[in-house]
Amino acid sequence: MSKLVWRRLALGVLTLWLISLVVFAAVLALPGDAATAILGREATPDRVAALRDQLHLNDSVVTQYLKWVGGVVSGSFGTSAATQQPVSELLSERVGNSAFLVLIASLVAIPLSIALGVWMAMRRDRAVDHVSSTVTLVLAALPEFVIGIGLVLLFATSVFHWFPAVSLLAPGQKAWEAPKVAVLPAATLVLAVTPYISRIMRGSMVEVLESEYVTMARLKGLSERTVIWRHAVPNAIVPAIQVAALQLAWMAGGVVVVEFVFSYPGIGAALVDAVGNRDMPVVQTVTMLAAGVYVAMNLVADLATILVTPKLRTAAR
Amino acid sequence: MSDQTVDTAVNLGLEAAVEPVPGGAVLQRRPWLGILRNALRLGRTKIGVAIVALIIVIAVFGPLAAPHSPTEFVAVPNSGPSGDAIFGADALGRDVFSRFLHGGLSVLWMAAAATLIGVGVGVGVGLVAAYSRNWLDDVLMRTSDVVLAFPQIILALLAVSAIGPKLWLIVLVVGVSHMPRVARVMRGAAQEVVERDFVKAAEAVGEKRSRIVFGELLPNVTSPLLVELGLRMTYSIGLVAAVSFLGFGLQPPAADWGLMIYENRLSITVQTWSVLLPVLAIGLLTVGTNLITDGIARAAIGIDRTSAR
Repeated sequence: MSKLVWRRLALGVLTLWLISLVVFAAVLALPGDAATAILGREATPDRVAALRDQLHLNDSVVTQYLKWVGGVVSGSFGTSAATQQPVSELLSERVGNSAFLVLIASLVAIPLSIALGVWMAMRRDRAVDHVSSTVTLVLAALPEFVIGIGLVLLFATSVFHWFPAVSLLAPGQKAWEAPKVAVLPAATLVLAVTPYISRIMRGSMVEVLESEYVTMARLKGLSERTVIWRHAVPNAIVPAIQVAALQLAWMAGGVVVVEFVFSYPGIGAALVDAVGNRDMPVVQTVTMLAAGVYVAMNLVADLATILVTPKLRTAAR
Repeated sequence: MSDQTVDTAVNLGLEAAVEPVPGGAVLQRRPWLGILRNALRLGRTKIGVAIVALIIVIAVFGPLAAPHSPTEFVAVPNSGPSGDAIFGADALGRDVFSRFLHGGLSVLWMAAAATLIGVGVGVGVGLVAAYSRNWLDDVLMRTSDVVLAFPQIILALLAVSAIGPKLWLIVLVVGVSHMPRVARVMRGAAQEVVERDFVKAAEAVGEKRSRIVFGELLPNVTSPLLVELGLRMTYSIGLVAAVSFLGFGLQPPAADWGLMIYENRLSITVQTWSVLLPVLAIGLLTVGTNLITDGIARAAIGIDRTSAR
């Protein structure tokens, strides 16, 4: 492994550690303390004392932090204050459902937006290019819940009745066992990220198509298909890969609102419930997870750039 | 940036007006005015301004025109349009149209305040980082990275869960979550300017550092600054409305577009208007601000901010 890659990894770990400090500090900001915040003002002193004990609130702040962060690293996230269930148990099925949603969305969005970008670049300045440029500009502006509710009105309640408006699952049922419930939430995410990736792909492709080596390849008499897919796209795709990774990172937050729109049983909807209940162990766990995904995807973006850029690849050895 | 952007700008003969004057300090007294004037010549900017103006008029004068009080019981809950309530009644029997007319101002002022905080602090941090070129630069940028690692909506929810659904808190957190994103852009833009001769000249005559950062650097990065303002406004509207929509913004019985969607989303099949009106208004507003931003970006050649959130 090279120095550059290690440096990026170390920076990622450092960032995660600083994030853990912020997430932990959120509990300290609770008015009163976590125990009274959960039980409310009318709780008996006995119950408050018991909960304080359970939450280790009698330890020093440093000990509390070390216990918490040690738990996070070893995969034990504490007990939900609202349901008294272990957080890991509470979230385990939901993590799968959210991952399924993000996976489906990215498997559709990334190839679609790359193809769309290439297609737009090849029709540069023609009417279809202007139309798709406007459409992507509009979509990029819309908040994800506006897109989601638009899809509900269009495909679930008011115009067509093709998909469920609410993603109901039987207890214990996984989202991939009833894929129909994931269609509209995944489509919302696809519509939210596609404009960003396709616009950067278009711009980069336009630039590459004007380069000398593409002219050269054409002059050599290569077929247009070979010129585009063998020579132009591999060079134009670098910035698109970076933006795609950043959009995947964005989805870590985007799923929260989208899952809430469809009552989709994932970690995002769990986070909204937990915020309402002031269930800090769940809030902290989901926040750490989302930030972890965010940092990891940024790392992927960096590594992908190093891998596909010859100059950096050699420098990295 | 896309070549089309250059083409559009060149066709309009803009490059001379927008390019910072090399070598000298700012010759044009108000460079941002020039950019805005050029942006307004583009069709998309005009459409954007018209949309945003319409929404502002609804939000500001709506409460005066509302036929009912936003909390008054007027009809059977979730009943359809009638003579008295032209868009029907919401889940609690209140007039949908009156609540819609009352509900826009909160989104607007909160988003605007969050944008000003985020862009203001972000510009300061970015310029100081670019100018310092030492440990301070590293510290500022690493701190930004930490804030950057939280998806914006999650940072807002974390703050709300700790402190409670306070409006000032939502404004502050949305602003803070914009800060590193703005700072990165501004630092990048200012790094070139720092190397120019007029900065060295200002240093040589012993100008104060704050004078150099805000008197010399700032006027030379107005184009990215204006684009950031527009971009962050678009995202602020989405974030502020999303927090309300999740139930953590304005609290009942307030009239607020995000809260309206939250309160009526479960009865969407029987009463579409109570959800559709606020969704349309928020959607239109963000599209309008994004059209203006795109117009500004095209007028100020050299920027295409369509790929990063």
